[in-house]
Amino acid sequence: MGCTNFVENWGASLDDMMIDAANEAYASAGVNKDDVDAYWFGTAQSAMSGIALARALQLQNKPVTRVENYCATGSEALRQASYALASGAYDLCMVVGAEKVKDTGFQGLNANPIPNDGTARTLTAAAMFSMIVPAYGNKYGVDEETMRAALSHIAVKNHYNGARNSRAQFRKEITVETVEKAPKMAGTLGLFDCAGVADGSAAAIVCRAEDAHKYTDKPIYVKALSFIAGNGGGLTDPNYDYTTFPEIAACAVDAYAQAGVTNAREQVAMAEVHDCFTPTELLLMEDLQFSARGTAWRDVLDGVFDLDGELPVNPDGGLKSFGHPTGASGLRMMFEAFLQLRGEVPEERKIHSLAEGRKLALTHNLGGYPGEMVSFISLLGAELD
Amino acid sequence: MGHGIAAADGPSVTVGPMRGIISWGAYLPYRRLDKSQISVFIGQGGGRGTRAVASFDEDTTSMGVEAARLALRGADVSGASAPEVVLFGTALPAYADKTNATAIHAALRLPAEVPAFDMGASVGSTAGALRLALSTVGNRLVVTSDMRTGLAGSADEANGGDAAAAFVIGEGDGVVAEYIGGASITEEFIDRWRSPGDIRSKVWDDKFSELTYVPAGRQAYKNALEAAGLSADQIDLVAVAAPTARIGSALASKVGAAKVVDDLTATIGCTGAAQPGLVLANALENAEPGQTIALVVLADGADVMILRTTPAIAKHTPARSIASQLESGAPLAYGRFLSWRGMINVEPPRRPEPARPSGTAAARTTDWKFGFVGSRDSQTGDVFLPPMRVSSDGQRTDQMEDAPMADVQGTIATFTVDRMAYSPSPPIIFAVVDFDGGGRLPIELTDTDLEEVAIGGRVEMTFRRLFTADGIHNYFWKGKLIRG
Repeated sequence: MGCTNFVENWGASLDDMMIDAANEAYASAGVNKDDVDAYWFGTAQSAMSGIALARALQLQNKPVTRVENYCATGSEALRQASYALASGAYDLCMVVGAEKVKDTGFQGLNANPIPNDGTARTLTAAAMFSMIVPAYGNKYGVDEETMRAALSHIAVKNHYNGARNSRAQFRKEITVETVEKAPKMAGTLGLFDCAGVADGSAAAIVCRAEDAHKYTDKPIYVKALSFIAGNGGGLTDPNYDYTTFPEIAACAVDAYAQAGVTNAREQVAMAEVHDCFTPTELLLMEDLQFSARGTAWRDVLDGVFDLDGELPVNPDGGLKSFGHPTGASGLRMMFEAFLQLRGEVPEERKIHSLAEGRKLALTHNLGGYPGEMVSFISLLGAELD
Repeated sequence: MGHGIAAADGPSVTVGPMRGIISWGAYLPYRRLDKSQISVFIGQGGGRGTRAVASFDEDTTSMGVEAARLALRGADVSGASAPEVVLFGTALPAYADKTNATAIHAALRLPAEVPAFDMGASVGSTAGALRLALSTVGNRLVVTSDMRTGLAGSADEANGGDAAAAFVIGEGDGVVAEYIGGASITEEFIDRWRSPGDIRSKVWDDKFSELTYVPAGRQAYKNALEAAGLSADQIDLVAVAAPTARIGSALASKVGAAKVVDDLTATIGCTGAAQPGLVLANALENAEPGQTIALVVLADGADVMILRTTPAIAKHTPARSIASQLESGAPLAYGRFLSWRGMINVEPPRRPEPARPSGTAAARTTDWKFGFVGSRDSQTGDVFLPPMRVSSDGQRTDQMEDAPMADVQGTIATFTVDRMAYSPSPPIIFAVVDFDGGGRLPIELTDTDLEEVAIGGRVEMTFRRLFTADGIHNYFWKGKLIRG
């Protein structure tokens, strides 16, 4: 695999970042450009068609499929490449995810407009996810102060992890006080409750499991790939209460079934999850079955998901520290799983759970809003069985 | 006679079935500017009292819709009083070339066969619409609306106001005020004027206007009394719409009526093309059965319409009275007033401005976009906002019926405030609203301050202009807290 630094990359183009990530991945797997049969290219809105990648890498008559699936775009590209390999159509594939966000001159992530009747909402993602906070607190009787403490803990934890990662955009530890004194963006969410915005690219070379040892002594095996595109029902269903993401809960059930996981809290060694906003990560701990309903706030405060905790979540720093180049983020998460499972992270970012016998890394992407989202989950492991 | 405007309408218009006003609705925007703020801020202008201010997301068309909705609630619109023609008058049309009355027609979900006409961009147009409707046959929906301001510190800024009023006019037992006569005097002279596109009107000389209007008004009044077969002392209430409060009171003091109706200039302001309708509505809301009302409009001459209330008015309660709307208004800072009217530019959030709505996409969803009509699954009763063709379990297609939601109230399930999203007036207050009887929509709240919002709060829908892009006004609905 390969992964660029995620930064506000004023000096590098989309092509520059894709070239760097791809070359790192070729070298990592010890393969040549010509060895790769087919390419999957994930970008949400920085380019269109496979030509963008073929031109940047100067590919010679190779099939390139451009993939878009909201913020799960990079993950989806890997999922598609995996199924092409499984079908036997190709033997060696490359997946490249990339996004150039910072050329717009605007704050945040902004979707390219599709012609419409003008009646759709125009809120920011921060506002949509902020609605979780009062809903969760009310439902489970968690007072505002405790909710705030749990959310701040998540922000502090992810920045702590990111401070130990040379590829992260933000490499400073922050304090609870910094989180709580930051200017408010939407609802009760402040600046440090929100993920950053960055440019970046990540890449992976993928083959069938039986071929993996042709290329490396330390392959990472894909144990599960699950994807659900929500039907938007939560936006119009009065029974939806903003304390869960049903698409993700269903996606988790499917992924755990694929990988034979019966107790996620005890079997998963680490998770890279879509911490676009701190309350998102809180709910994910329940939807991914790491915490029982209504208890994630306590597990968060107890340090269960800290870097030295029982089940480290976002050991690389997450979207909070990396920012979120849409097409690249899913592969960036897998890159951290790849490094951790191969034992290639620096000492200061090493997690204990692997040494203690847990074997699976989980990556999770979502795209959209509470009530209307896509969900992706993978389970990865260093052992074939 | 009886089929259009003449120099004077006499009793002959009443030879047929009794004709007049069946219902009315006055709409006052929620915000009030305390005029004492103006001179503190800008060093001139202002004065005492308040004026009504249309929100940043309102225009004459959207306010016209709100007034018309109130008027239609008081009439048997599916039966005897169904409007057959819509006439819309304003001095500040949202569009030129394109008809504005069609957006009102769409928001009210009137049948396509009902024509909708704009009356021209002048105050006199609304007097014309009223007299035309009163002196013809068939059911008419007259909608009048205006926004009036001027440069910072000007008289128009301080004395103007924003409002709308609408009337269902027709025949039969539902008539609450019978039209018994009218007359007009036409004058061509330079009083107020504005070139299309200008942000303010100019005025020649108040005194000259007064000296021209008062005799014209007295002559029209005399002619109208003759046409109605009444003497001056038989008029119980006179309601005057004039370019300024001073001209209005100068005329009112000379006509010899028993009582002068409050012209609302001290609280709402001179509302231009909405004012004839607004003062008439105020007269009707204060009238008892059997009283005569003279409406005098001074605009490029004078128009007088005389009505007599019927016993039916005693049973007629306005859907939302002027008095209740006066009570429920909330203050607005002068700086925000200036930014809403485009007099100062405020730094927007660093987010892309919305793209123009697609004309073709909007044409496919007119009932949703303008009428706020969702769909209801005819088997399960599930309500979809926006309307869907497929049931929520994915099993059945096209088994839906219309779910008109514009008049359905709802409850706030959760809410937030967005300080980063683009808005003509940030921040956006946004709520997930569950409608009574089913249906949920996450939607922007307007005319609302954050500290008023709470889970469980009650919400009603209001027709608004979300933004304008490439000159296209993007009309849709928002929620607002139910007050009073």
